[in-house]
Amino acid sequence: MDVPSHLQSEVKQLVSVHGRDRTALLPVLRGLNKSHSYLSEAAMLCVSKELGVPRAEVYGVATFYSFFSVEPRGKYVIRLCRTISCAMNGTYHPVVAALIEELGVAFGETTADGVFTLEQTACIGLCDQAPAMLVNDDVHVKLTKESVRAILGEYRRKAAAGEKVKSA
Amino acid sequence: MDVKTVHGFVGSKLSFSEANGDAGLKKAATMDAEALIGAVSASGLKGRGGAGFPTGMKWKFARAETRTPKYIICNADEGEPGTFKDRLILSDFADLVFAGMAIAGKAVGAEKGILYLRAEYEWLHPHLDEVLARRRKAGLLGPDILGGKNFSFDIEIRMGAGAYVCGEESALIESLEGKRGEARNRMPFPVQAGYLGLPTVVNNVETFAWVPCILEKGPEWFSKMGTQKSPGARLFSISGDCKKPGIYEYPFGVSLRQLLKDAGGENAKAVQVGGASGTCVPASKFDRKLAFEDLATGGSIIVFGPDRDMFAVAENFQQFFEEESCGQCVPCRLGNMRLHEAIVKMREEGLDAKGEMVLRRLAATMQSASKCGLGQSAPNAFLSILDNFAGELPRGKA
Amino acid sequence: MTAELITITIDGTALKVVPGTTVLDAARKVNIDIPTLCHHADLCSAALGKKVPAPSNCRMCLVEVEGQRALQASCATEINGPMNIKTSSPAIRHARQDILALMMSEHYGDCAACRRNGNCELQQLCAEYGVDTALFGRPEAPLYAMPDEDNIIQRDMNKCVICRRCLRTCELYQGVVALSPEGRGEHTDIATFMDREMMEAWCINCGQCINRCPTGALTERDDTAAVWAAIEDPDKLVVIQTAPAPRAAIGECFGCEPGTPLTFEMNTALKKIGFDKVFDTNFSADLTIFEEGAELLGRLYKAVVLKDNSAALPQFTSCSPGWIKFIEHFYPEYLPNLSSAKSPQQMMGAVVKTYFAEKNGWDPSKIVSVSLMPCTAKKFEAARPEMDASGHRDIDYVLTTRELARMIKQAGIDLPKLEKSDFDNPFGTPTGSGVIFGATGGVMEAALRTVLEVVTGEKIETLFDKADILPVRGFEGVRMAQVTIGKVGPVPAIFSHLVPDFEWLKGVTVKVGLAHGTANAIRVMQDIKEGGPLSQCHFIEFMACPGGCLGGGGQPIPTNLEIRTARAKAIYGEDAAYKVRKSHENEDVLRIYREFFKEGPCSHKSHELLHTHYKERV
Repeated sequence: MDVPSHLQSEVKQLVSVHGRDRTALLPVLRGLNKSHSYLSEAAMLCVSKELGVPRAEVYGVATFYSFFSVEPRGKYVIRLCRTISCAMNGTYHPVVAALIEELGVAFGETTADGVFTLEQTACIGLCDQAPAMLVNDDVHVKLTKESVRAILGEYRRKAAAGEKVKSA
Repeated sequence: MDVKTVHGFVGSKLSFSEANGDAGLKKAATMDAEALIGAVSASGLKGRGGAGFPTGMKWKFARAETRTPKYIICNADEGEPGTFKDRLILSDFADLVFAGMAIAGKAVGAEKGILYLRAEYEWLHPHLDEVLARRRKAGLLGPDILGGKNFSFDIEIRMGAGAYVCGEESALIESLEGKRGEARNRMPFPVQAGYLGLPTVVNNVETFAWVPCILEKGPEWFSKMGTQKSPGARLFSISGDCKKPGIYEYPFGVSLRQLLKDAGGENAKAVQVGGASGTCVPASKFDRKLAFEDLATGGSIIVFGPDRDMFAVAENFQQFFEEESCGQCVPCRLGNMRLHEAIVKMREEGLDAKGEMVLRRLAATMQSASKCGLGQSAPNAFLSILDNFAGELPRGKA
Repeated sequence: MTAELITITIDGTALKVVPGTTVLDAARKVNIDIPTLCHHADLCSAALGKKVPAPSNCRMCLVEVEGQRALQASCATEINGPMNIKTSSPAIRHARQDILALMMSEHYGDCAACRRNGNCELQQLCAEYGVDTALFGRPEAPLYAMPDEDNIIQRDMNKCVICRRCLRTCELYQGVVALSPEGRGEHTDIATFMDREMMEAWCINCGQCINRCPTGALTERDDTAAVWAAIEDPDKLVVIQTAPAPRAAIGECFGCEPGTPLTFEMNTALKKIGFDKVFDTNFSADLTIFEEGAELLGRLYKAVVLKDNSAALPQFTSCSPGWIKFIEHFYPEYLPNLSSAKSPQQMMGAVVKTYFAEKNGWDPSKIVSVSLMPCTAKKFEAARPEMDASGHRDIDYVLTTRELARMIKQAGIDLPKLEKSDFDNPFGTPTGSGVIFGATGGVMEAALRTVLEVVTGEKIETLFDKADILPVRGFEGVRMAQVTIGKVGPVPAIFSHLVPDFEWLKGVTVKVGLAHGTANAIRVMQDIKEGGPLSQCHFIEFMACPGGCLGGGGQPIPTNLEIRTARAKAIYGEDAAYKVRKSHENEDVLRIYREFFKEGPCSHKSHELLHTHYKERV
């Protein structure tokens, strides 16, 4: 399979920062996962070649960690904590309902516009401020159904603004 | 993002707030390795990740290894459900952690440190980078720390990618090596053959943070706190059904009842001590002490109010393990899966004597036969809930 | 330096062991059987000659060690001090029963219909431990999609216990790494890159994973039904060639000790089954020596005399289809070094449907050419689109040793008890040079016997006692040998179209290299890339499988060094017993050059039928 040249240069750039040995595999995958929201077949092949790590092992690592995905995902990945302190909080179920209703997708799915992927995650260390979620790397705590709607609105605006910048 | 926006409630006076980490580091710069290890050993400091291995002894073993380079790794993969105290330490007291790592480096003869930060804490990354840069500029990190010859140490931050099992030190090392985070065999220990096969000390964030405090104030200051078998104090992360969830510091030996009183959870019917891998303590045992000799914990305290369905809690924990098992060994990979299924079923149909026997035996197999601590501790919550709250299950079909 | 022995106690028996011995090995020394599913004799530090961590993931080999709270995996526990060990206790037995019941709880498949029925380690342990599948149930439907039936390597995750022997074999012996664990937790399985079918993976079809799989999760594509159909079709003429390695191993499927050669009993069985002709692949092995040897002479002449650096030396052997696919994937820049000679299997195929058909008035379109191989990759080789220069498929079906053993059993034949019979003419002369193709070093030994005799004009026995070229034998992963050519003789007529004389070879030291197991091939290729000693070789033999073909992926299960050594002994025993032991003395081969390939080796016609080319795979 042919690897697009822009992807090649992106991988080369990451390798120049993180090194060309096996220990660089996670940081390089992380960089790609961040910029594309997921790890494509072409991206993994390119990493395999650059780092000299067998392709099957790149895939094995990519599928082990929950922050990596080998399936396309939205621009913003929402990870709602579902571990006990969050899950038993009184506003947890309303928050779940608001997310599903607002996005129109179930957990594990991506919105049709490609803006959001909704996921559940294990404890994110914000139990004292439950319920909590991450949107990409951002933290959102003490969620309510109202706050969730507002938060999603923010990201939608950001996504739309990003689109405008791109097309301008 | 500003780390302050997620700053949680702090329920008691923290020793770290009053510590001057740089004073501890300065003191360390004047001491030789043996004296440093001696001071840490004398303080009685034990690992704060939960296993409670004496820190001084771990350093001594690493010191005795002749192969170089050696590595100091800070385990900031705080993933145990209900634990968030490292989050506060990293946002408010990162200087203490980095000073502690440098001191460890001097003690064992390592010049390289790695802080393995869980992916969920990526938002702390820029802040930690700033602190590192500031410390390098101030001569507290890098070559010839504090102008001292033979004291060079620097720290790199490496990110996890979302895997609870990487909190297990050998899985963490595998992850750092660019592999799947799968636990290694128990032997050799990381101090003998750790990161890249070289001698490696892995300590928890909080363990490192206590080190400069101990050096600054002296081992006795630390060992005077706590109990004889569990010297010192530690941070607790309290969450769940209580009025004031947050971070609290107590000397070891404090009773669960005291914690519940301070956090506003007096009416609890049970408390999960030690997170998903810990044990569920019913109200009748709230006088038990938090200490290595009684209730050992990595600091996670989850409070369950009177109305909680305890088998819903057990189900939540078992699902957690089912997904977070590295999937390598059979008792953990499949044991958690079958146990999770069984809990779902017993919540519907109850549990008969035979079923209970099968599950208790499976749990024993998981505890004794799993490859690493994750699998070995995975049935703990279920067992302690079954021991204390079996009455909450529906009666078996007649 | 001898390390002080450590005294330990296992089940009350005291014994002394070398420090670093695993508890598992120590127990087996005193005949205590500890069950294992992930541990394999070929995949531990002792066998590999280097420290590799024991995977210890099946947790079947647990023992109690005094002073340890949890049970310890005996495969991963080294003895470095006094220990008191128990290998049997209620806790151990219960744990093993639970582990087996857990494995069965996601093991979908019908034991009765399984290829490994009766030869399955999981099945045997379940029987021994009285596994209770009622504990955690059995899947009622497949948990994974079945593999496409065209895959040569059939990998059925429904029967996989995730012991990882396959991927460790693939990495440690083959250096291919076609497989990896995928996912985490309950979703963990074994997968190729992007979880594709095996035939789409970077897999060389060597089948070494099959040989070590404890269950029926890995098998080869079953071609027996197609072969039966051909035999039973009155309109077809079904010929079979048998390679040397299966003969030394097939007895294992019939309760014989490893290393029991059944070459001529098998000929009888094949006829009873209904094959019209039984040919000896030794014929085409010897033919390969002529073609490959002639090619080598040509390259050497080009390099030494014509100073033409396009000669692509060292020349690499091309008999092993696993190795061929390996180089196509991983070292395509070295494809010019590969001999263009087809493998013995394909050469036989090509001459059966041309020379033989013509000679006997058989319609080649009615011939079904079957080969018995120790190899799964041969199935891939036979299916290569370019292997049809005769206008027909060179080879129609390839059977592994295991498949043929099943057919023989289905025919109700007790193989070891059969009378012996010869191969059929005109490809029926058993030769030692052909037989040793079945062992690592064998192709090289056969080539040297012929090339040295042809070039020097002297009997090889003057250089090597009994024509046994011991320096190229053995199981060392990478080997080198060299011979200096003292005198040269006249060029025999059959090679006279290639070189005018051999004077230019006088005083030349011929250097050869050998590697078996493609992980060792990587060592050779790296050395060549770095200009190391192997880059100075003239000819290198590569065998994909550990031990060569005798350790092939189509051979009986189980395998280990002891078994492979016994098979090698059988092969070299046959060689020593045969009258003809040199390819250039094989009358059948000389005849085909007189009657059919009249222009000699590496001529136009032989190129058309006996040579091929390979291409990079991406």
